[in-house]
Amino acid sequence: MSQPTSPIFGRLDWTVTPYTDLLHHVTSSTIVGAGAATVLVLGTLGAVALVTRMGWWGPLFRDWLTSADAKKIGIMYIVLALVMMARGIVEGFVMRAHQATALGTLSAPESGLVAPDHFAQLFSTHGTIMIFFVAMPLLIGLINFVLPQQLGARDMAFPVLNQVSLGLTAAGAALVMVSLLIGKFGTGGWTVYPPYTGIAYSPGEGVDYWLWAITISGIGSTLTGMNFAVTIFKKRAPGMHFMRMPLFCWTSLCVAIMLIYAMPALTVSSAMLMLDRYAGFHFFTNGAGGNMMNYANIFWMFGHPEVYILILPAFGVFSEISSTFSGKKLYGYTSLVIASMSIAVISFTVWLHHFFTMGQSANVNIAFGIATMIIGVPTGVKIYDWMATMWRGQVRITTPMVYLIGFFMLFVIGGLSGIILANPSIDYQVHNSTFLVAHFHNVIIPGVLYGMLAGIHYWFPKAFGFRLCETWGRRTAFLFVGGFLLTFMPLYVLGLMGMPRRSPTFQNPDFLPWMYVAGVGAVLMLCALGSLGWTFWSSWRRRADLAVPGGDPWNGGTLEWSSPAPVPAWNYPRIPDVKARDDWSAAKRGGDPWKGPDDYADIEMPANTRFGLVLAAAAFALGFAMVWHVWWMGVAALLAIVAAVMWRGMIVLEPEIVPAAEVERADRQFREWVAAAPPASRADEETPRNRGVPDITEFAG
Amino acid sequence: MQAVLRSVPVCAGIVLLLCALLPQAAMAAPTQSFLQPMGPVAEEQATHLWRVIAIAMVVILPVLIGVPLLVWRYRIGAKGAKYTPEWDYSAKLEWLLWGVPVAVVIVLASWLWYSTNRLDPYEPLGPAPLRIQAIGLDWKWVFLYPDEGVATVNALAIPVGRPVELTLTTDTVMQSMLIAPLTGQIYAMPGMTTKLNFAATRTGVAEGENTQFNGAGFGRQKFAVTAMEPARHAAWLADARRAPMLDAATYRILRHRSVLAEAREELGLSREATPLYFALPMPDLFERVVAKYHATGGGGSGALGGTGLPSRPQGGDE
Repeated sequence: MSQPTSPIFGRLDWTVTPYTDLLHHVTSSTIVGAGAATVLVLGTLGAVALVTRMGWWGPLFRDWLTSADAKKIGIMYIVLALVMMARGIVEGFVMRAHQATALGTLSAPESGLVAPDHFAQLFSTHGTIMIFFVAMPLLIGLINFVLPQQLGARDMAFPVLNQVSLGLTAAGAALVMVSLLIGKFGTGGWTVYPPYTGIAYSPGEGVDYWLWAITISGIGSTLTGMNFAVTIFKKRAPGMHFMRMPLFCWTSLCVAIMLIYAMPALTVSSAMLMLDRYAGFHFFTNGAGGNMMNYANIFWMFGHPEVYILILPAFGVFSEISSTFSGKKLYGYTSLVIASMSIAVISFTVWLHHFFTMGQSANVNIAFGIATMIIGVPTGVKIYDWMATMWRGQVRITTPMVYLIGFFMLFVIGGLSGIILANPSIDYQVHNSTFLVAHFHNVIIPGVLYGMLAGIHYWFPKAFGFRLCETWGRRTAFLFVGGFLLTFMPLYVLGLMGMPRRSPTFQNPDFLPWMYVAGVGAVLMLCALGSLGWTFWSSWRRRADLAVPGGDPWNGGTLEWSSPAPVPAWNYPRIPDVKARDDWSAAKRGGDPWKGPDDYADIEMPANTRFGLVLAAAAFALGFAMVWHVWWMGVAALLAIVAAVMWRGMIVLEPEIVPAAEVERADRQFREWVAAAPPASRADEETPRNRGVPDITEFAG
Repeated sequence: MQAVLRSVPVCAGIVLLLCALLPQAAMAAPTQSFLQPMGPVAEEQATHLWRVIAIAMVVILPVLIGVPLLVWRYRIGAKGAKYTPEWDYSAKLEWLLWGVPVAVVIVLASWLWYSTNRLDPYEPLGPAPLRIQAIGLDWKWVFLYPDEGVATVNALAIPVGRPVELTLTTDTVMQSMLIAPLTGQIYAMPGMTTKLNFAATRTGVAEGENTQFNGAGFGRQKFAVTAMEPARHAAWLADARRAPMLDAATYRILRHRSVLAEAREELGLSREATPLYFALPMPDLFERVVAKYHATGGGGSGALGGTGLPSRPQGGDE
């Protein structure tokens, strides 16, 4: 497009906000657009006002934003994910509301809540946000919080790099958020297939927002993968052999390896598309030798492993909670390890099933179709192993278990539709239909989302010192199960009835009842979101009743339950000497698990730094400048990044020393408190009698 | 056999929904689902769907039935339930847990191999297929009958009983054509050709559509495929041959980003979704459109509107 580019403001001017559209024509679509921008502005102002009023700027900066503590970084990842999830769920609701009003005819212009172009932005941001800025930060955050504790380490291998990864992810998320107010987002879906997203067919800032948000956060995720891998290889406590690691650590290792190998493919496909759009290259254009099929191949070389990057940490969580809440050893540890690793490896060999319909030969499709089915074997084995873990156990139906049971019942339906889609001959029919949409929501919501929420519930007391309210937790879980069923089961039917995904309108009146059911489901999902927020709020208000200073509220078996809640920055007063798989179980069976160390030593912890903040700000500025063609700002931001990295490389870094006396005081205080506290039985788990000191005579497994 | 296959999977919620409601959906307007097949390809696809569901039940039902039983039997405080907290391995069980999924995947994979080969869309269904070509435009399809000298926009007529070989390309971004009751979809890409082979075994109207999002008019890029008796088909072709010519100028207008109704308006016709019929004076139109994208120096033949975004955007997001 021949937009004028100002040397100072690039392509920015006063007409880029949705308010201009609203002034031009008042329709339901422009009202929704302006409303969303207003929520963003008011939300930001409200948050700033609250932090100012409560005098939280200092603590926020000192204790959180500049912290290199993996646990705090993990919590910040999860907060970021929950904020983005709120937007994603609301967008999902708007899309359902639109399609419930979108019955039209072939001759009349599209009607419904929002305009077709607006609808396309909604499905594009919804997918982008849910995958890259909800699921990814949720799992990376949870791994950050849990992994060092389970390994018996104090922190990640590279704490500052960890902070940088968080900063880059947040910068990407901020770019997507800003697109609500300034300009438009792309309309090419979360996969952004060219040539539709090339400069010829998608001029303007929309696709660039996606490209820069994904590239910046993608580099953060690559660094995260390296950090996790090195942490697992080098930072395990003495005696923590690989085959003694908790399953969550194993799935984290799978995730780390997959991030390292998969994320670069995304960076490459995005960089090539950027070169097409900014520099007149022809990697994926229609003419001049470009070939869009290469984009699909490179993108899905990332995209399919990504699916398993998302699901494996949830599998890790389910392994932990099925054992803990059945009061029983995990069944088939070795099988589960082999299954996780097989999934990680095979996931790199199936990417082509995302485009069986591209016109390759039947034999190519057969090879990839069978590879896809093979991945179902280790996945199935995992599910049976967790069932075997519950067999002859004493199952407590806590919130994480509700999520696990929901996962069992729903995920297998997603698995069934996955096996169906793995057949190229059937995929020819349901590819690109709402059947596919239902399938991937069916694996991602009961798999990833339930897993992550179960994990948050499970480890929340370790982070904040009090349990989450079980009643509201279970209500939330039931709402997420009901909301899922009502929203997505109709999409299976619609897909088999022939409805393409991403349809801004449809002409078949038979679709309408299903749309209404799905709309009701979307309302339930909104309620689930509200209920989740209420769970946090009401639990915080009752935090005195729910406090578990003893640190072991679920009578767990892995190392992290041996420390107080909230866990101190240094995790353990002495690096534990691991003697068994599920070392904390072994200690409990030994009889005196809370015996303190004989002597204490100074602890070195990574010092606070602003490095991550600086890089995040510069990366955001770089992305924003490039989206709007503000070249000077882009160059300045790039130079700032280079300068910050060089500066960081040249200064001498002093770790923070926690004196032995302080560690000893805190640790002895904790152990005296535990010794004095009355132990709580499993039957008392949900009552205020649960102070995090379980009755170890009940412990077995 | 079919009835047996269908009765097995009823337990799974989705299938239940399907069986109950799809037949009613078929009554309205053109058929849109492969579960009401009009030809051998879609019929085999539908059969294979039920087959896969039935086989997969071997691994799925144990979970759907077993989990509620486990939760009930081994809930904390349940009377008389055994408790074996230290039990964490059984070699026999391992064989079962790995063996059953492996066996099921071997069966499924064999069927996959067979059905994928059998339903390869590039394989002709019989001798002397009717050749049709499809050019995807934003947001409509141009169909060419090169041997019959006929072209249409958003209308496809095929004779019952005779195999059809549809060759596809686009003159814009990537699209994907699906005529569910007759055959599965395949991508159509500029400068490249793909193929769908299918046939109709009964008369009727099937809806065809683009399933790959390509802009604001995507939801209206639909067309009707009419399967008719051979004699009627011949008359249909003869009628269409008497229609105006599809010349380069008309093609350039069709190439604008517009849905059918808007394109008709631009051609001076009423603004409705009635298909357009043309006589086709250029039997090599399809090849020329493909060749545009291989011309050196970019741009290709200007007569057919070049290779970029059409100069006059219409009805889009601008």
